[in-house]
Order: sequence, then structure tokens, then C-alpha cells
Amino acid sequence: MSLFSKFTSLFTRGERAVVDWNDLEQTLIGADLGPALAQRVSTRLHDARDLSLPDALAELLSPAERSLQVATDGPTVILVVGVNGSGKTTSIGKLSAYLARQGKSVLVVAADTFRAAAREQLQTWAQRTGVTCIAGRDGADPAAVAFDGVSQGIDQRADFVLIDTAGRLQSKEGLMDQLTKIRRVIEKKAPVSEVLLVLDGSTGQNALSQAESFTAAVDVTGLILTKLDGSTRGGAALAIEATLGTPIKWIGTGEGVGDIAPFDPDAYIAQLLAQ
Amino acid sequence: MFDALTSRMSRTLAGLRSRGRINPVDLEVTCGEIRTALLEADVALAVVDSLIAQVQRRGLEALSLKQAGINPGQQVITIIHEEILNILGTNARSLAVAKKPPTRIMLAGLQGSGKTTLAGKLALWLKEQGNTPLLVACDLARPNAVQQLQIIGEQIGVSVFAPEPGNGIGNPVTVAKAGLVHAEQKLFNYVIFDTAGRLGVDVELMKEARAIKSAVEPDDTLFVVDAMTGQDAVNTANAFNTGVGIDGVVLTKVDGNARAGAALSVTSVIGKPILFLSTGEKSTEFEPFYPDRMAQRILGMGDVATLAEQAKKALDEKSAARLEEKFVTGEEFTFDDFLEQLQAMKKMGSMSKLLGMLPGMPGAQGAQLKKQIEAIDDSETDRAAAIIQSMTPQERSNPKIINGSRRLRIARGSGHEVSSVNRLLERFAGAQKAMKQMKNARPGALPQGLPPGLAAPTSARPPQRPAKKSRSGNPAKRAEQERG
Ligand SMILES: Nc1nc2c(ncn2[C@@H]2O[C@H](COP(=O)(O)OP(=O)(O)O)[C@@H](O)[C@H]2O)c(=O)[nH]1
Ligand SMILES: [Mg+2]
Repeated sequence: MSLFSKFTSLFTRGERAVVDWNDLEQTLIGADLGPALAQRVSTRLHDARDLSLPDALAELLSPAERSLQVATDGPTVILVVGVNGSGKTTSIGKLSAYLARQGKSVLVVAADTFRAAAREQLQTWAQRTGVTCIAGRDGADPAAVAFDGVSQGIDQRADFVLIDTAGRLQSKEGLMDQLTKIRRVIEKKAPVSEVLLVLDGSTGQNALSQAESFTAAVDVTGLILTKLDGSTRGGAALAIEATLGTPIKWIGTGEGVGDIAPFDPDAYIAQLLAQ
Repeated sequence: MFDALTSRMSRTLAGLRSRGRINPVDLEVTCGEIRTALLEADVALAVVDSLIAQVQRRGLEALSLKQAGINPGQQVITIIHEEILNILGTNARSLAVAKKPPTRIMLAGLQGSGKTTLAGKLALWLKEQGNTPLLVACDLARPNAVQQLQIIGEQIGVSVFAPEPGNGIGNPVTVAKAGLVHAEQKLFNYVIFDTAGRLGVDVELMKEARAIKSAVEPDDTLFVVDAMTGQDAVNTANAFNTGVGIDGVVLTKVDGNARAGAALSVTSVIGKPILFLSTGEKSTEFEPFYPDRMAQRILGMGDVATLAEQAKKALDEKSAARLEEKFVTGEEFTFDDFLEQLQAMKKMGSMSKLLGMLPGMPGAQGAQLKKQIEAIDDSETDRAAAIIQSMTPQERSNPKIINGSRRLRIARGSGHEVSSVNRLLERFAGAQKAMKQMKNARPGALPQGLPPGLAAPTSARPPQRPAKKSRSGNPAKRAEQERG
């Protein structure tokens, strides 16, 4: 059954609609909103009888600006962070193509000097999208590689410098400290305009912990929510929006160059409720 | 931060305890708490609901028996723990072995779940047992996945069969077939097929995985799933099970702090066992699966067993046996034991890893313990060791005799302030007390926290020093150490 028939009563409210609250809770929890947030939505709908379900979900979205912050002077530096395998390198590849298509000059920096062939993966993407890639040696200090990348971005008058970092689990303090250091070293050269946390769309309740820890380490300014081309509905990101106010800025929907788009609230909410 | 079951239930349980016997209303409330805790751990909704139904049924049965003297809260926890163990422990087994080598192992899973890293770990694990594994690079889709596997193979000294460059070039089915022939000809006794990540909803790619499987007829087809996965774990597991056919599961990124409810969701819906855990980025960070530990982790009870094992590894065998002996016979816990524990802790390395193993502990006590662990640092361990080493053997085995003048002498001897000696004595007293409590705990009951030496009473720390500062040191260096 399509959702839109199932929850019609919640889309156009007004008259005393009969709502299957159980079903609603299941839908929201099934989308990874988590039990607490699901409860909050359902309470809100109980209280505000004229509120539609999509509007109740939209209320949870962050009021923060969703477009990329652009530097006024020199290249816009974007640091990309996240746990292992969330889609950082791929997202940088796609994002650089997106920006290049808008006529921007983009430089990508391979500061993941840890994972085997991570540098080559980014180089392959750069070739594919026709942007410049700056890379350090394997095992090189990632902060130094990032610093060099930003320096070259300034020299080459690039519009954007996108920095790829190694995946790290947020519970590893040493690695999180390393990330803080990377940011600090970059900022000796140029301010960081955006820190984008790449979140795998199928992540469950651990997502909030990721956002909290990465924000504590490097002050995350936005999310890239990936792999929404699968069967997941990506609701854990809504908990981040509602709790921390960190906005989702981009959505990843595949492994191809074009599979990235700026966040669209309506489409996101529709996907949350899809059955 | 994690509303672990135990902390979430502590209030409810306190109420139950005081009344001594559980009634149906209490049971209802308790089940509600368990339900929320399991959902917060990412156990799939349908699985949670069927578990709760079981607990309710068995809980009511237990009620009717009215067993005197048994804490009803504990009883409910025991039931849920057993039910979870039931699911996780179903068909437990190790890796398949082919009657006629090579044994063929195929890895399948979503993008980014950790297949390539796991392939290396599995190969190294097999190699260390005297086998001759071959890795076959069938992920020809993700940029430089072939190269990643080649580098890993080189690092661990395992051959990699990679006839195609990948990055979209080459046919994975052809490579898989050729890899098998190569393994047979060169007499490798295991062959591991790394495949591209794919989504369960991607019909074409699921067909491709099926074709790889038909071509090489694996003895074990392992579904690789990220421990941080949410509710979608069931859909994906079902899709792979029907689309490709799964024999077993490997859970990855278990070194993180996710409660890993996906483990339960997946095993419950496909009825196949978890074989291994992938617990880090290094090729050696790989473990067999223990259902009991995972049940405790999902329930948020803290991975006490793993912790104890780590501690044991760090202590040398003899002293571990001695400590255990003490623990069992109830002998006095001395400064020598304390020192041993402190040094073991230091050897255990990264505190954050320990923290990750303790996803949640009961109530206020848990929060306090967590703070205590965070407060521990190496310099403090060194200071404690210096102070203890300045004690006489009598003082070490009988700390009660350490009066003012002895404190002064110990302080001078160790080059520290008397206040440091006092703090250590306080800390030791706390450890001793905790040791006693653990001894007196009911057999089978979980220790209410850390092994004694790990927990420093918070009062023993100078209050003006924030915990964050105590984790000093060069971050790059620490990161390096953590990654090895
Ligand atoms: N289907 C799908 N796969 C993705 C997406 N983003 C990344 N991936 C895949 O996820 C895997 C891990 O991506 P990668 O960029 O290497 O992750 P990193 O470790 O965070 O840099 C690769 O197989 C990517 O192709 C997405 O939006 N959709
Ligand atoms: Mg990467």
C-alpha cells in the first residue's frame, strides 16, 4: 500500500481524522528517527490537530542556511569528514563535478594517507571530473598534506579546495584529535568555510553520536547524507537536525558522477514516509 | 549519552526491588523500557516486538511461580538476555571447510560495509593457522578497489589474483571463475572472493552477485554488515539472502560505540549465524563472534567479558591466575595487586577502546565510572607506580599501617607530594572496596562496573583539573599509535 493513501488523514487534517498511531510510530521508527523522536512527532500531532504529518516532520528540520558558505577572499575551503566507508571520497568526487559544471575551478586534496589506495581513489575521481588533485605520500602527516593542498589552492586561485580525510570512528579519541589538528593547521593558511560530515543514509541511532563527536572535534557545518538510492529512508539525519541543528546540505544517490543534489526538504520527507 | 537498558531501567527496577515481587503492571512498564532500549540499539522494530512478546509471556509465567528471593527485575533482564542469546547463538559455527580444497568464500554486502578490509583480515587469520589463502579481486566497480586489495595482500603477505584493473573495466564473473581455476592449479587451500558493494534494491547488481556465486559455488557466502546500520538492516539482509543466498554474517566496525542491534536484526530475519567481528582498521583486528558478549552489548550492559579478557591478555598469565585466585578465595587485595592492575591497564593501551567496550553502565554509578575512566591517564599511572614502589613490602600488603610519617617518607622516596600519596591511598581504598563488592555479588550477577584497579574514586582527582586536559600528548602521535 502506498503511504500516501495510508496516511492521507495525516496529510490533510482538519476534520477529526482517525489516525492509526501505532502505524505512524512504526513508520517513523522504521525510518530510523528513533523511539524518542518518533514519540515527539506523534505527541505533536496529538496536540496540534490541524498539523499535517509532513509539516510536523518539517518542523524538526534545522532553520540553518543550507547553501554552501563561500569564502569572500581566496578559495572556499571545505573539509570532508566522517566514519569509515560513509562515502567521503565518492562525495568529494561528485561534489567537485557539480561545482566544475557551474564553472568553478576546483582542487581536491587527498589527505587520507592511511587507507590503502585512498589517494588513488580520489585521483581516479579527479581524472573523471577533470579537476586537479593534490596528494601526499602514503603515511604522510595528513595535516601537512591538507596544508599543502590549501596553499596550492591559493596559488592557483582555485574557487574551491575540497579536502578528503581518512575515515575514523568517532569513539577514537586519538584520531579525533588528529582531525582537530588538521583543521587547525589548515587555518594557519586559510579559513575553513565548511566542514561537511558524510553520513551513510543507512546509519541508525549511532548517527547522533557521530554528529556530536565530529562537531566537538572540528565544528561540523553541514551533512552530506549518502546512499539514499537504497532501501533506507535516512531518518537518523533528522534526529541530528532536530537535536544539533546541523543542516543536511547534500544528498548522495549513487556511485555515478551526477548522483548528488542539494538537499530538498520535501523530497526528503517524502522518502522518510515511503513504505 | 547512551540510554543503556540498565540505566534506563534502574529507576523502574528500584521500584520493583522494594516491592520484592513483580506484578503484571510492573512487567508491562519494564517491557516498555526494554522495548525503547532495544530500539535505541537499532534492533529492527519487528524483531523487538516479537522479543517483547516472549518476555511478556515468560515474565507472566515467572510471576505465577512467585519465586521468593529472586529479584524480579533481574529476572526480567535474564529472560530478555536469554531470548537475545537464543537468536544470536542459533547455528553458531566457524568458517566452512570444503571436503576438497580450495574452500571458497564469497563476501557480499552494501557499499562501504568493510568487505575489502575484511577480506584481508580473513586471509591473514587463515594464513596464521597454516593455510594458504588466495584473494580474488572481483570488485571492479569502485575506483581503485583492486589496488586496495593488492596493497592489503602485500601488507599481510597473501597472494592476490587481480587480472583486471577494475574502475569499471573487466567482468567480475569471469575474474571469479579464473580466480578459482588459479587457486586450484596453484594449490591454494582457501580462496576469498571480494566483490563490489551493492544495494539490495539494485536488481542488476544483485543478479551479478548471483552469477558470481553460481560460477564459483562458494562453501561459505558471507554477508558483511556495518555495526552502525539502523532499521534498514532487515531489508538489506533479506534482499541479499533471497537475491544471492547467505550462509553466514560478519559484523564490521564493532570497535565503534554503536550498540549494534543490527546483529540481532540480521540473524533474526535470515536465521544465519554471525561468524566473525571486524574490530578495527588493522588486518589483525578480527575476532570470532561470541553471542553472549554481543547480547550484553545490545542490552547496554557493557562488554564486561571482553574487558576482562583484554585485562587478562595484558597481565602476564601467572599474575592473572593469581588475581583470579584472590578473587575467588576472597583473599585481601593488596597494593602489589593494585600496581599490577595499573600496569596492565597501561599495557592495554587506548582508553578510548576500553570506553568503546563499555557502552553503558547502570545509572548514576555508571556515569561516575565513565568519568573515572576518562580521568585515568598514563602519567597518573606512572606516578602511582612510583609511589607504590617506594612502599615497603609490609606497607604494600598491609596499607593500614601507612601513617603520617610513612606517607611523608613514601612521598619523598617517590619524588611526589604527600597529597599525591594521599590521593593514591584513597584510590586504593576505593579499589579494595569495589573488589569486596564484586566478591560478595551474587554468583552469576554482572559486576556493577569495572575491575577494581580501573576505577579511581573521582574524589581522588584534583577537582580543578578538567578531564579533557588529562588526555594530553601529541595528537598525531596518539593517532598513529591507535592505528599502529
Ligand atoms: N549506492 C551508493 N553508494 C555510494 C554512495 N556514496 C558512496 N558510495 C559507495 O560507498 C563505498 C564507500 O565510499 P567511499 O567514498 O570510498 O567512502 P569513504 O571511505 O568514506 O571515503 C564505495 O563503494 C562508494 O562507491 C551513494 O550515494 N550511493
Ligand atoms: Mg575515502
